Amino acid sequence: MELVVKEQVQKELDHLANKDVYIHLETTNGAYASHFDETFFSSGAYIRNAYLKYEHSKIAGDGPYRIGLKTTIGWVYAEGITHFEVDNQNRLLLAGHDFNGKLAVTLEISETPFE
Amino acid sequence: MEQERQVLVIFPHPDDEAFGVSGTIALHIKNGTPVTYACLTLGEMGRNLGNPPFATRESLPHIRKKELQNAARAMGITDLRMLGYRDKTVEFEEEEALASHMGELIDELDPSLIITFYPGYSVHPDHDATGAAVIRAVEKLPAGKRPKVYCVAFSNNCEEEIGQADIIHDVTEVAHIKIATLKAHVSQTQLMVKEMEEQLKNNDPMVMARVNLERFWTYKF
Repeated sequence: MELVVKEQVQKELDHLANKDVYIHLETTNGAYASHFDETFFSSGAYIRNAYLKYEHSKIAGDGPYRIGLKTTIGWVYAEGITHFEVDNQNRLLLAGHDFNGKLAVTLEISETPFE
Repeated sequence: MEQERQVLVIFPHPDDEAFGVSGTIALHIKNGTPVTYACLTLGEMGRNLGNPPFATRESLPHIRKKELQNAARAMGITDLRMLGYRDKTVEFEEEEALASHMGELIDELDPSLIITFYPGYSVHPDHDATGAAVIRAVEKLPAGKRPKVYCVAFSNNCEEEIGQADIIHDVTEVAHIKIATLKAHVSQTQLMVKEMEEQLKNNDPMVMARVNLERFWTYKF
């Protein structure tokens, strides 16, 4: 993965607009957060292979970035995105890695279902 | 350590075996006991991806699968089963179906000893769910036919509630195999192993004890 280049990511997002796409969206603080710090409130959310179409998208901020996808009847967004990659299956992978190199958020968009 | 006829190790993530059990596995194999390792997921949801990242959410399972195979080789395990569940979803599986799957493995292998996580005392929801499914499967067997079950526990409250571990294995003679196993899971253990080797060189008593002694709680049915 490479550090986000805003214009390039916007181009990739535009490329996938108005198509039927599969979405992976995830936020996580790790399963051990409250084990190591009992005052920590552990939370996260995960959806794999949500099937939708978005008509408009935007990458915002100065990094870490925020990305929003506007669908016909709703929204998808992710915050804290630092890295991106278009992988060998042409999927747009976006992720946010924290200061210790741990993944904190992922937004992935693909024209074929994720395994 | 007691001589076993067949050992079955059941954990949800590649590397769950490395920290607290790989020495015991290596000793059983050294004693000529066949060991089967059933690993439910490929640790797809691992968070250690580095910054700059060395893997993506999508490439990580492929990397961890290879690491798991390398770890099995390091321990001398020839029967590695990858069960195809998904990381962090084990607790949401239908409990009876998961227990039946564990039961099939137990029927097939007829182990004299099963090693898994102690349900309720193993921190990660996948750990607790895996342990619970194994216990549920073993409970279905008539009391006289049940294998021994040694559980790994490490929640902050575990000793308060279930007491001290009753089985302690000194695995010093295979510590090098344990380190090799830890190293095989390179994406997960890179930084930790480096530090650990340094501390071992300096005979740090805490680290020596952590590497050389493996602790289990016998599950009481």
